[in-house]
Amino acid sequence: MNILLMGNPNVGKSVVFSRLTGTNVTSSNYPGTTVEYTEGFFHWKEEVFHVIDVPGVYTLDPTNKAEEVAVDMIDKGDIIINVVDATNLERNMNLTLQLLEKNIPVIIALNFWDEANHKGIKIDIEELESILNVPVIPTTAVKGHGIAELINTVINYDQKYHSHHERNDEERWVIIGKIVKRVQQISDRKHTFSDIIDEITIKPLSGLPIALAVLYVAFRFIIFMGEGIIGYITEPFFDNIYYQLMNSLSVLLGGEGLLHMILIGNLIDGAIDFEQSFGLLTTGIFIPLSAVAPYIIVFYFVLGLLEDTGYLPRLAVLVDNVLHKVGLHGFSIIPMILAFGCNVPAALAIRSLESEREKFIASTLMVISIPCMAQLAMIFGLLGPYGGKYIVYLFLILAMVWVTVGVILNKILPGFSSDLLLEVPPFRIPSFSTIIKKLWIRLSGFFKEAIPLVLFGVFCINLLYVSGVMSGIVNFIAPFLNKIFGLPRDAIYAVLMGFLRKDLAMGLLAPLNLTIKQLVVASVVLTIYFPCIATFSVLLKELGFVNMIKSTFVMLLTSVLVGGFTNLTFTNEGISLIGWVIIVLILIFLRKFSISNKKFISGFPNQS
Amino acid sequence: MQHFSLNQLRIGEKGEIIELMGGYGVKKRLNALGIREGKEVTKISSSFLKGPVTIQAGQSRIAIGYGMAEKILIKKVDKQ
Repeated sequence: MNILLMGNPNVGKSVVFSRLTGTNVTSSNYPGTTVEYTEGFFHWKEEVFHVIDVPGVYTLDPTNKAEEVAVDMIDKGDIIINVVDATNLERNMNLTLQLLEKNIPVIIALNFWDEANHKGIKIDIEELESILNVPVIPTTAVKGHGIAELINTVINYDQKYHSHHERNDEERWVIIGKIVKRVQQISDRKHTFSDIIDEITIKPLSGLPIALAVLYVAFRFIIFMGEGIIGYITEPFFDNIYYQLMNSLSVLLGGEGLLHMILIGNLIDGAIDFEQSFGLLTTGIFIPLSAVAPYIIVFYFVLGLLEDTGYLPRLAVLVDNVLHKVGLHGFSIIPMILAFGCNVPAALAIRSLESEREKFIASTLMVISIPCMAQLAMIFGLLGPYGGKYIVYLFLILAMVWVTVGVILNKILPGFSSDLLLEVPPFRIPSFSTIIKKLWIRLSGFFKEAIPLVLFGVFCINLLYVSGVMSGIVNFIAPFLNKIFGLPRDAIYAVLMGFLRKDLAMGLLAPLNLTIKQLVVASVVLTIYFPCIATFSVLLKELGFVNMIKSTFVMLLTSVLVGGFTNLTFTNEGISLIGWVIIVLILIFLRKFSISNKKFISGFPNQS
Repeated sequence: MQHFSLNQLRIGEKGEIIELMGGYGVKKRLNALGIREGKEVTKISSSFLKGPVTIQAGQSRIAIGYGMAEKILIKKVDKQ
């Protein structure tokens, strides 16, 4: 039997889902689309109940892909649990009435019941049941209240069901008005402490400093916890147990030869070096699992926390005006933040943007100027020893690139960007088990989608290396790049190797004794010019071949320009006077540029 | 009776929506969120550089981009 969980976004649907189902939960794409949904099971006696967490929607009259999928899924359900926010009955009833018009049994879970009571909202359940003619169960899913009764109602559902006749929007709102009047009583709403917190996090003057503080704390927490996991868990494991294993394999393969080269890589001073050997099973396994995965785990945990407390929408509101200048809207902050973890899930999140234009801008900007955990590890590894200020310079350059490329793309690409339209839910205390479950779903997605592609990339690059194709390419373009970037031939080689693997580039650059200036140039170029093979293949799927070629062109052009700029204006002390003058000129130019674009920006977005 | 766009309403002021201008798709999206003609809304915040407007509509808070807010016509409602 298929149970569909449906409701508006932010009604605690995923918490109800996680209460209903066990640990065996999977997340997949709806066939033919890029909309994700989650499913799980529970057993009752002999029967298996299949629970599907349908993407949150406001209406069944589809306004986007997720809503199309939701409508499509209704046919697959035997029963719908409509999760309704008890603190927001009026708006939620719109979807409820639409669901009741479909020919399928509905049970209403009136969630946030405690919160509604707390806010002085009283709802007459029996009255609501008799008006709608379906069971209504009050729940507080975070505490598990009402879940047993919900399951009971599903199991003993009386199959006699009469669907409501179809109505149009206007008729629905009239009926909703009558229903709400009859069943809901709101005692005078006081301006509570949580209301004040809600508001100061949205207002820009107070909200922006809070956002900076939140992001800073989140960043420090991720670094601290990530380092902890690496220091106490993954490194000891790799240094001891895994090292022994690989050593035996190396001996077994005779310490050299093609297979040894591909699987184990080069021996450094006669021993395996996980950072420099570059074999499929050594560096190829070590970097994603030991150096990057710990940060990703903590990152996803923090992200889940920010999502489930209701903070992310606030961030989207705060940055909307800036993102609008680059042709996106506030919601695109989510893939941008995700990209700091790993570009692959960020590329997947870009799916949810509305138009092709926004997808193109968001993915190009993300790939060019947002360093993922692997790139951050590389940047900190290369520049860290010389002091924090070079890292700050690098981020400054990347921020400049983000704005410049964004404004230009917004100007030259045809079409309009859509406007932000977003519900800002109140702050809520998240459910720990839901966050852990979400973390688990995201991590398994990361391991399934990203790691095979990383390994495949390592394999390809090793083949190119062994067959000598790589050095041919390097010899061909090195003299040209040498002039622009001011890097020695070996460094150019390392940068090109980073075409598919950034981690590898870092290992190659480290022993070259480059000056700090050359290291900054190399880091800039490595960050900008190309994503890893995993991100590349996801984007290829998302954007299509033609757009991916265009995006790649933008990336390569930007890296040559910015790398050249850095080489020209960066001294060992920092950015030179000329460099600053050029930066200011670019900013003035952008300002003029975006003002002349104004008449387009205020135009109405075309719906795609 | 004077009509304003949502952007012209001051923070803390109440207004009644008179008209949603703009295409069918936009109307539909606003409608789904409970923003429709005749609805009373209170402005909570706005932002500089043509940032979004946040309003309270019934029990929900909704952020609306500048361009879209420009197309939402309202009339002021006196405070009771």
